[in-house]
Amino acid sequence: MPRKVQVQTKLNGEQVEFLCEPRQSLLEVLRDELGLTGTKEGCNDGNCGACTVMFDGRIVTSCLVLAVEAEGKEITTVEGIAAGNELHPIQQCFLEGAALQCGVCTPGILVAAKALLDQDSNPSEEKIRFWLANNLCRCTGYDKIVRSVQAAAEKMQEAR
Amino acid sequence: MATVFIPGSMRDLTGGQAEIEVHGSTVRDIVDELDVAHPGVKDWLVDGNRLKPSLSVAVDGVVSPLGLLQDVEGDSEVHFVAAIAGGC
Amino acid sequence: MSDQSYEPSMVLATKTFDVVGTRPVRHDGADKVTGRAIYGADVTLPGLIHGAVLRSPHAHARIKSIDTSKAEAHPQVRAVVTSADIADAGDKTVDLGEGLTRLAFIRNNVLARAKVLYRGHAVAAVAAASVHDALEALNLIEVEYEPLPPVLTAPEAMKEGASLLHDDLTTTELGKPTDKLSNVASHFRHEKGDIEKGFADADLILEKEFDTSTVHQGYIEPHNTTALWNNDGRIQIWTSTQGPFTIRDTTAAILEKPVSQVRVTPTEIGGGFGGKIPVYIDPVAALLSKKSGHPVKIVMSRADVLEGTGPTPGSHIKVKMGVKNDGTMVAAQASLAYEAGAFPGAMVIPASMCVFAAYDIPNVMIDGYDVVVNKPSTAAYRAPGATNAAFATENIVSAMAEKLGVDPLDLRLNNASKKGTRRADGPKFPRIGCVEVLEAMKSHPHYSAPLEGPNRGRGVAIGFWFNAGLPSACNIAVNADGSITLVEGSPDIGGTRTSIAMQAAEVLGLPIENVSPSVVDTDSVGYTAVTGGSRVTFATGLAAIRAARDVRDQMIKRAARIWGVDADTVEFEKGVFISRNGTENRMTFAELAPQLAATGGPIVGRAGVNPPGVGGSFAGNIVDVEIDPETGKVTILRFTAFQDAGKAIHPSYVEGQMQGGSAQGIGWALNEEYFMNPDGKMMNSSLLDYRMPTSLDLPMIDTCIIEVANPGHPFGARGVGEANIIPPPAALAHAIHNAVDIDMRRLPMNPVAVMEAIWQKNGVTD
Repeated sequence: MPRKVQVQTKLNGEQVEFLCEPRQSLLEVLRDELGLTGTKEGCNDGNCGACTVMFDGRIVTSCLVLAVEAEGKEITTVEGIAAGNELHPIQQCFLEGAALQCGVCTPGILVAAKALLDQDSNPSEEKIRFWLANNLCRCTGYDKIVRSVQAAAEKMQEAR
Repeated sequence: MATVFIPGSMRDLTGGQAEIEVHGSTVRDIVDELDVAHPGVKDWLVDGNRLKPSLSVAVDGVVSPLGLLQDVEGDSEVHFVAAIAGGC
Repeated sequence: MSDQSYEPSMVLATKTFDVVGTRPVRHDGADKVTGRAIYGADVTLPGLIHGAVLRSPHAHARIKSIDTSKAEAHPQVRAVVTSADIADAGDKTVDLGEGLTRLAFIRNNVLARAKVLYRGHAVAAVAAASVHDALEALNLIEVEYEPLPPVLTAPEAMKEGASLLHDDLTTTELGKPTDKLSNVASHFRHEKGDIEKGFADADLILEKEFDTSTVHQGYIEPHNTTALWNNDGRIQIWTSTQGPFTIRDTTAAILEKPVSQVRVTPTEIGGGFGGKIPVYIDPVAALLSKKSGHPVKIVMSRADVLEGTGPTPGSHIKVKMGVKNDGTMVAAQASLAYEAGAFPGAMVIPASMCVFAAYDIPNVMIDGYDVVVNKPSTAAYRAPGATNAAFATENIVSAMAEKLGVDPLDLRLNNASKKGTRRADGPKFPRIGCVEVLEAMKSHPHYSAPLEGPNRGRGVAIGFWFNAGLPSACNIAVNADGSITLVEGSPDIGGTRTSIAMQAAEVLGLPIENVSPSVVDTDSVGYTAVTGGSRVTFATGLAAIRAARDVRDQMIKRAARIWGVDADTVEFEKGVFISRNGTENRMTFAELAPQLAATGGPIVGRAGVNPPGVGGSFAGNIVDVEIDPETGKVTILRFTAFQDAGKAIHPSYVEGQMQGGSAQGIGWALNEEYFMNPDGKMMNSSLLDYRMPTSLDLPMIDTCIIEVANPGHPFGARGVGEANIIPPPAALAHAIHNAVDIDMRRLPMNPVAVMEAIWQKNGVTD
């Protein structure tokens, strides 16, 4: 068995270091080595989006990224969305808009939605749906999710 | 008198009758009464001292969690239905 | 600009409340949007090791031998289990809250005994230091199979001479056991009136056959469990489940332990929809823990979820209905042959209760068949059985309306069930909202909005679900700061800990922020049945109401003692205790609470319920579609969901249930199915190929909540979780018919099926 590899990366704004086997996915390492269980596994083959994280400015399904690829990158997970003790507008709007029922798809959707709002401050409904098309939700039918992203966009604009 | 609706699968015990009027102030009384006139009915419905677990009793349309202990009014309707919580 | 206000519902429940009916943020909200909430796969314990399950590659085979020696020799493997490690269930039966079932069906599904009955059937399991080691070790287990011919549909399985799954399954025919060895576990019948006379009276008779495919509940979180068989013989389980008490009782029965030796902690759960009621991996993990001396976690892969858990039955349904020219329905007959999967217990009884429930028809006959086939053993899926049945019934009702030249909602209104209507399975309806739902649909702007353009059509459909009551328990303790803690045992899948807390808050005149609800393990609260059957807001809510009343009554006595007056003279109104004996004594809840310790001790309220007075729920859809005539793709232009909620305790959650059920119904209608090859292998066991609706596939789902108060609940609440999945396939079929004049009788109505129907209609041949 190959020796573990040492990886250094920036995770949720902090420099971290971990050891991993070459075969381990980023998803596995986040959850099992780094204890950040907010990112979820739904399918392990890139088709549900529950494991979505920000990876050097792109949203990726972390089940399809090898942990060793994190070397020197910047990664944001759901645990990095709130600013300290303050919920981010997208999180607050999801709660007020009842945009979650079981909540297991929510971390992936929050990461994806925040990435959208960081680059488009007033996305159309169509753009929001396209952006979230790789995040499956089985509970909500997406209606309140889309409305909550729209509400967050508005809230973030008012704050500027 | 309460009216008991006999499930299709039990009608050969009641000579084909689908509705029978019976005296009784609880479901247990009613089952006992029915069994006197139509032997075998009690064995079909009851296990020990409770309704068979696969059955529920509905009195006037309301499924009762009390089974044999459920009170029955003078002119009530009594149905034996499959004990199904159903769905999820 | 987003619109977070919603269309006003048609409210017939006339009371308004302080907390009930508002939209507070859920108590577990911060945990769920920050990733802090602990779901089953997030559980970790010291010394945790990982389990994996070996599953049958054959749809039907005898197990000739299992050799686990090489797996046991693997340096990282700590334990291996097979069926030989579990006692035979014999003839034992268990009551899991859904009626009685043979323990053997569950035990033999958990680990196959003698035969494998579907591809994905669990055969053995290992526990190893890492999940990767465990998966590698599975390859070292040698199983010798003798493959047998599989049967994959109900009609196939019902034929004379069909390959039999069980050598001891005989048909129970109309309530009586027979000696007939068969794949038909039971045939039952409901009758009302005289069906032959009914059809003789009809001016128009329509009769059609329908087929629906196996579909899966599709929860995003796979099944998982962590089990510790402790050195004192007690088993502790942390698991993603809809019913911790069901897991406890079933696991205890399978492992021949008393329930007092098993404690189940429900973790947060990522969806269930019925599929997380049965037991699959908990007894296996417990046994691996016993053998290894470590806690063992098993997380199912997505392929295992699709192939090894409990999808909903595929079905073959015949419906025949008769109507007079004046629009009066006079006769209805249905044959419901449902695939149970490997073990008996298809949800065909609930289907028979719902198939014609919406209509007051004097002559009805319903035949139901519970048929085993070589597919995963089916489980409940949101209003199980009813969606298949409504796809058939609503097709015929809409076709009758078309032939008679009447509005499809009017035909339904003219025959709608009301209070006092007798269902074919026996009971009479109490107060129900079928008429009100249909009237709301008729008067909604969607119904009269113009829909122009080629290949566009509008469809309607309705459905009924009876909902469940069942046992629940609740404890409430008063804190010195005037807040309360509320303890209950219903896993919270959609916000119910909050809707339950709201009901207690309403009784005690407290703001919702002053209620701290928790969902606890099986040692910490009284017996509570599953989160399912649309029962939690109704039944656990009722337990919370009674526990709150118990608190109120004890605090009245305490206030009376403090004031030195008779407890009979003290009242409680809007959160204030008032002495009505001529004195000016008043005290708020928050003022009394800190005095409890010094005036007699803590106050704890409790309740255990098994309530009658369950209110059934009617649901309806109006849907507009556009068909692409070149590809058969169905685009949903507009979708409105209607449902009778009795009283919407938390309207956002009611809307959410309506939208979620609609989305699942749409997936079921337009795309989802198990593609089985002739060997019984599912060819699409991934979320890429078992494709559920994405955000791009759906429009906004508008909702209209009707409130016909349920007399059986203090606030009028009816269960709402399920009925909303029933109408969408039927409504979409109707819309597709109105768009391109084809009659879809098979689910799913995917592009291939739509194109084939269009080509057939146009006389196009290859």
